[in-house]
Amino acid sequence: MASLEFGTLLADPSTTDQPFADDAPVTRRRRRVHWGRGAILVVAALYFVVPFYAAMAFSLQRPTGGFSLQPLSQIASAPGFLSALWLSTQLAVITMIVVMLLMVPTVIYVHLRMPRFRRAMEVITILPIIIPPIAYSVGVLESAPSWLRSSQYLLAIVYVILAMPYVYRSLDSGLGALDLKTLVEASRSLGSGWISTIWRVLVPNLRSALMSASVLTIALVFGEFTIANVDNWTTIPVWIYLAPTDNPRVNTLVAMIALLATCVVLTLIVSLDRSQSRDSRRS
Amino acid sequence: MTVLSDYDIATPDGDVASRPGRGRTGGVGALVRSLRTSAPVLPFLTYVILVLGVPTAVIVLYAFRSNTGHFTWSNIHTILAGGQYRAGFETSLKLAVVTAVVPGVLGTLVAYALSTSEHALFKRITSATAGVLAQFGGVNLAFMFIAGFAATNGIVTEWLRPLGLDPWNHGWSLYKFWGVAFVYVYFQLPLMVLIITPAFAGLRPAWREAAENLGASRWRYWRHVGMPVLTPAILGSMFLLFGSGFSAYATAEALTAGTIAVTPIQIGAILQGNVIAGEQNIAYALAFAMIVILLVTVIFYVLLRRRTTRWLR
Repeated sequence: MASLEFGTLLADPSTTDQPFADDAPVTRRRRRVHWGRGAILVVAALYFVVPFYAAMAFSLQRPTGGFSLQPLSQIASAPGFLSALWLSTQLAVITMIVVMLLMVPTVIYVHLRMPRFRRAMEVITILPIIIPPIAYSVGVLESAPSWLRSSQYLLAIVYVILAMPYVYRSLDSGLGALDLKTLVEASRSLGSGWISTIWRVLVPNLRSALMSASVLTIALVFGEFTIANVDNWTTIPVWIYLAPTDNPRVNTLVAMIALLATCVVLTLIVSLDRSQSRDSRRS
Repeated sequence: MTVLSDYDIATPDGDVASRPGRGRTGGVGALVRSLRTSAPVLPFLTYVILVLGVPTAVIVLYAFRSNTGHFTWSNIHTILAGGQYRAGFETSLKLAVVTAVVPGVLGTLVAYALSTSEHALFKRITSATAGVLAQFGGVNLAFMFIAGFAATNGIVTEWLRPLGLDPWNHGWSLYKFWGVAFVYVYFQLPLMVLIITPAFAGLRPAWREAAENLGASRWRYWRHVGMPVLTPAILGSMFLLFGSGFSAYATAEALTAGTIAVTPIQIGAILQGNVIAGEQNIAYALAFAMIVILLVTVIFYVLLRRRTTRWLR
């Protein structure tokens, strides 16, 4: 959101400079439209930046005025924060391992041997996006056996389903860009087995797809609120919401850090994708 | 799901052993072969059926089940007849429509403004930011807006008060319908920008050049070429926004502490046990109704999308 403001600053020169380069009648028409565009972006940027600024000011401003980073140091000692962080981290790791073990071999196999099944995979992996998480949680809590129902790891099992849409799309486009058949045949004819083909040939080639799949999975687990809340487990987002409110500044600060961190990491992933595809085009 | 049936119905039957010779072209041989081919996707399918299929089936079954285990319409009847759950549905639908149409129109304008920008870095940052806000906003948004727009000490409220524009003095509340709708814009608008941007990229420069050469003004270009081509895409995207607004839970729960009576919040309240005894089955009926509405929404989206691809690809 701060980045959006940065962006509108970048876009500004074009709204004022460019018209003068054109000849007269066109200039009038274009300048009007450019102002309109500029206004739209400025209003949108204000709507997105102001609440963000408000939250930052609320959590970092001292009563005497001026900003201080001192609240950052209170985060770790806030009651319940570390255990929420530990729970979210565990869930993220388990979800990532399970979803990768489940999806990577399946999607590779479907690309190689069952191209007709791709359509079905697409439909199946879109379902978790269509079914509202709150409705889904009703069914999950009822159908889970009681030993699982009382375990926090039920969340990881469910998050695997929620992560599938992201992981499938990343892998599908990653594999689509490879000459999969040649790679696999080369590797197999040189005598390696399936596991070593996947691990030593395909995984390195899918690095950026796997990277963005994992980052999206982690972002999802660290951001998921609905199911964790109705199942009464204090993950990071539930902690932000429910934490003892003797110091709401700390909650707000954690909320902002979570949002910013996701934003930065996803921007990096997008850039990484770009530079990777540029490299492969060059070679 | 129809595509799926090719594979998951394929269970081996007793005939296989008795007719080994039919092999290559025979129905049973094909069945066995297709089973063998699809074996590696079985772990995936099993997981999906157990963790996604079974819970969904449970919702559908229990929506029509009485406390004694018999088939009944009474759960569905209860939520349709009136009272708090019917009201919750109406508020939910209204919220979803408002936060689909307004951010839909605004998001189209923003996407248009962005699509004309030449800065690659700017586009990359805005699209990544839009992706985060559209999908990972949740609870965090509630805290941002409380810091900005709370009745006392809200930073924006304090700015507006000296100007006589304090919205709280004009009947607005951050924790009621229009407050929640205002906050929803924060994830709905980026979602609209994300899904409509490809449509703007699909408008071919040749169309504009042709229109200009034929003497069309900018307005006439948009009126007769641009808008007709984009309309199905815009409407389709609004259906997705409707779905996203209708199923949102986190932001509403965190913002209003569960006090706004929309369907997702009511389901959450029942699940957390804040409910009159004997009403547990209502949760299934509510969840079932939500899924039905979402499916209808997606069907409209797919139909409109099919129309979109006639011109834009």
